[in-house]
Amino acid sequence: MINSFQELSILLPEIFLLGMACLILVLDLFLSQRLRAVTFWLTQLSLLVTLFLSLKLLPDATAFAFGESFIHDPMSVLLKAAIYIIIAAVFFYSRAYLHERNMHKGEYYVLGLFAVLGMMIMVSAYSLLVLYLGLELLSLSLYAMVAFNRDSAQASEAAMKYFVLGALASGMLLYGISMIYGVTGELGIPAVSAAVAETGRDNIVLVFGLCFVMVGLAFKLGAVPFHMWVPDVYQGAPTAVTLFIGTAPKIAGFAMMMRVLVDSLGALQADWQAMLVVLVILSLAIGNIIAIAQTNLKRMLAYSTIAHVGFILMGILTGSATGYSAAMFYSIVYALMTLGGFGMIILLSRNGFEADRLDDFKGLNERSPWFAFMMLIFMFSMAGVPPLVGFHAKLAVLSAVVETGMVWLAVVAVLFSVIGAFYYLRIIKLMYFDPAEQREQINKSFDFKLVLSANGLAVLGFGLYPGLLMAWCIAALV
Amino acid sequence: MSFELFVFYLFAAIMLFAAFRVITVRNPVHAALFLVLAFASSSALWLLLEAEFLAITLILVYVGAVLVLFLFVVMMLDINLTPLREGFIRYLPVAVLIAIVMVAQMVMVLGPQRFGLDQMPAPPRQPATYSNTEELGLLLYTEYLYPFEIAALILLVAIIAAIALTMRKRPETKYQNPGEQVTVKKQERLRIVKMDSE
Repeated sequence: MINSFQELSILLPEIFLLGMACLILVLDLFLSQRLRAVTFWLTQLSLLVTLFLSLKLLPDATAFAFGESFIHDPMSVLLKAAIYIIIAAVFFYSRAYLHERNMHKGEYYVLGLFAVLGMMIMVSAYSLLVLYLGLELLSLSLYAMVAFNRDSAQASEAAMKYFVLGALASGMLLYGISMIYGVTGELGIPAVSAAVAETGRDNIVLVFGLCFVMVGLAFKLGAVPFHMWVPDVYQGAPTAVTLFIGTAPKIAGFAMMMRVLVDSLGALQADWQAMLVVLVILSLAIGNIIAIAQTNLKRMLAYSTIAHVGFILMGILTGSATGYSAAMFYSIVYALMTLGGFGMIILLSRNGFEADRLDDFKGLNERSPWFAFMMLIFMFSMAGVPPLVGFHAKLAVLSAVVETGMVWLAVVAVLFSVIGAFYYLRIIKLMYFDPAEQREQINKSFDFKLVLSANGLAVLGFGLYPGLLMAWCIAALV
Repeated sequence: MSFELFVFYLFAAIMLFAAFRVITVRNPVHAALFLVLAFASSSALWLLLEAEFLAITLILVYVGAVLVLFLFVVMMLDINLTPLREGFIRYLPVAVLIAIVMVAQMVMVLGPQRFGLDQMPAPPRQPATYSNTEELGLLLYTEYLYPFEIAALILLVAIIAAIALTMRKRPETKYQNPGEQVTVKKQERLRIVKMDSE
């Protein structure tokens, strides 16, 4: 219930972004193709203002709205800020890609903004119902974006797979939530948490609900054995959309995990910890080993995502505050690195040519030493080579795991990471030691190159000074 | 057996039968019609639960709108379903095995010892003047306002997605422009030719 205007004011970023999305939706209809840049810059402006509203205008203290179904806390602020920045960069990369292929339409940005809104709702959800609805808003926008290029049979197939499997996963999640509701009679996260703590672990129906919730969550994040859709969708979707799916939604997915597992079902920790251990080991194994066999870079990055999701889940399963902040750090860093990886594919692509085979990166050093260096940063960072930020992310998660006493799990994770390092290093070898197959000049606009370089330098910078982001992540979970 | 219980079992049996036929019947039009039957009988079950408004909404929205649309789509798209059914027999043993295990597990977990009437007693009957529509509206616009608004957003996104995915300009299609049609003048269409009478 709305008690006062004050309470509603903490939703200001959401309300503003919704207003802007609707405005852009209508305005775009009246713009000619030549003026499509107006849509783009308006989209960026609304993300910027939303960032400002989230960071500056809202109180520092935790606040609730709509009868505790919306929460504003340090975690939601940090994750939302990360989402806005990542998505702003995604839009920069996508514009170049869509423009070259005559797919530059306003709907991409409008659907993108609605997806951001869905992520914001998920991050701030303090009721299982709201969480589910936010997830649906995000997923529905993403399905439409994957199918965006109607003339491509591959994209339609990817969209169909994503839609059918995604709907199945939503059904699983909803069924699990209904079981939890059946036992506790509550949907609000604090109320569920209190009721679960009271009934305790003995109630098998709760664990039954947890199983289904876990399947739904793992599906959405793409953890093994619920990962089947990830490679096909990543490869089939237009690269601009893969970029979108692969980055910020994982941050929202992390928030969803935190809200469901830690905040509402914290009393069942022993149960979900065991489930997560299985998911983590399988994700690390499948993600790292199958990626070696890929010749398509988008597919390879899809498997690499699966492996990274394994690491994020590993941080959560520790059940300690250090582990949660490590997982949060990892998810933000992951989004930043993946952004760069797909940005590089778009950089080398042009109309009628997708630079998504590994061979397309051969001899990149001869063509552009600077961007070869950027790719080197992204790949080294994903492999976890110091001093890049990916190393600190892995280190933080592993030390949290060791702290909880699961040394064997950390050893397994390190072993699979070493295997995984092979396919990242292979790209570096192709770039620096193989003769170039493609000789075309890289013809991207200045702002594209600027954003991509900033992205690479951010990976390097956060790697040299990891303390800053880490301090934010720790502060966000107090 | 009371009359109420008899009605419940009757409609539950019809619903299960219809739901089973939806996935087994060969003709997709028949499948859609069986789905109508399943919805109609579940709305009867909801009526037994005194959820009159929801029962009527189910008929109006799902049977009246969604499934009619569904039927149109099924009839317009002439989909050959035989390739989809290939391998049905081959996978059947595994599928049946997994289904049996899952059903057995679910019965054990969700059986009457946890969700029986002694665990979850039936709520007291409301008097005939009780309006659950009003109660529903009160909850929907106060406590559940935020989810309600998000649901509205989801519908908006669905509309945008559907239009973005289906609407396109086809150069080969011939349009009529009513605006130009009504402003047409006599001189543009009619040519008066003077001819000598013969």
